Amino acid sequence: MTTDAATLHGAVEPTETPLTPESWGKLGMWVFLVGDAVGFGVLLASYGAMRATSADWPSPYEVLGINLTALMTFLLICSSVTMVKALEWLSKGDRARCRLFLLATAAGGAIFVGLQGYEWSKLIHEGLLISGNPWGSALFGASFFIVTGFHGLHVTAGVIYLIATIRWVTNRPDPAASYNAVEITGLYWHFVDLVWIMVFTFMYLL
Amino acid sequence: MTATAGHKHPDYMKIFWALAVLTVVEIAIVFLPMSKIVVGAALVVMAVWKAALVAMYFMHLRFETRTLGAIAVTPLAIATLLVFLLLPDGMAVDHKTQTKKAAPAGAKH
Repeated sequence: MTTDAATLHGAVEPTETPLTPESWGKLGMWVFLVGDAVGFGVLLASYGAMRATSADWPSPYEVLGINLTALMTFLLICSSVTMVKALEWLSKGDRARCRLFLLATAAGGAIFVGLQGYEWSKLIHEGLLISGNPWGSALFGASFFIVTGFHGLHVTAGVIYLIATIRWVTNRPDPAASYNAVEITGLYWHFVDLVWIMVFTFMYLL
Repeated sequence: MTATAGHKHPDYMKIFWALAVLTVVEIAIVFLPMSKIVVGAALVVMAVWKAALVAMYFMHLRFETRTLGAIAVTPLAIATLLVFLLLPDGMAVDHKTQTKKAAPAGAKH
């Protein structure tokens, strides 16, 4: 009986469950993003808790200024559009346009990180440090740098990821062969945009 | 992967304009002379709305299975739960810092 079962097993197709996806890579990325989202969720929730328990929390949009950050938000939204356009062009079989739009997305991310570096150095120059600041609770600066820094690292990783994906598309003459990879890259990139929407609202506007 | 067109592509420019307009409204509402609670609630609603647009259309969650959708909203549920878990703690400490603040005049932070 046991040998029977073993020989049978090899021929049996893996069971379809509600979780069996059209692409395991895509499911893998989603599971990673869900974990990452919990990480950002915890950071933002603890930011809220620290702010609520502080008697001298500075007014974020007065200290940080939102003109530059509004521009950065707009830039990330635009880069999300170029990302979906890259996938759309690939689905039409146009690899050249797909790569062009992927490059534009990576450029948007790189400019974002550059602007964030400029913002950080400006704020540090004005006295916003991890150890303290002239406006109130020291936790304000510490949480600001941790959350925006964690997000900035994600954008930096995303730019590298996008460049790797451009190479992936370049090396595969058949557009269908890289569709899945570009879609998964897109999931990561849009997630970074989504997190920034939250960070912009909770750390700058509120 | 047989076909390149895994699923249909929605009108991405429509989503872009929705996101752009919501961002402008978010920035404008901060400077309106309204109560902080109303502004705060409006900002949170708009942020969740924007995040949902990105997830549903850019990340194609609308065209995925319900199971994947359930996986995707789990972090939001956990984060919301965490806020409510931290809330009583925050209120308790807030009370303490208020009285402490009144006592020493030149306290440095």
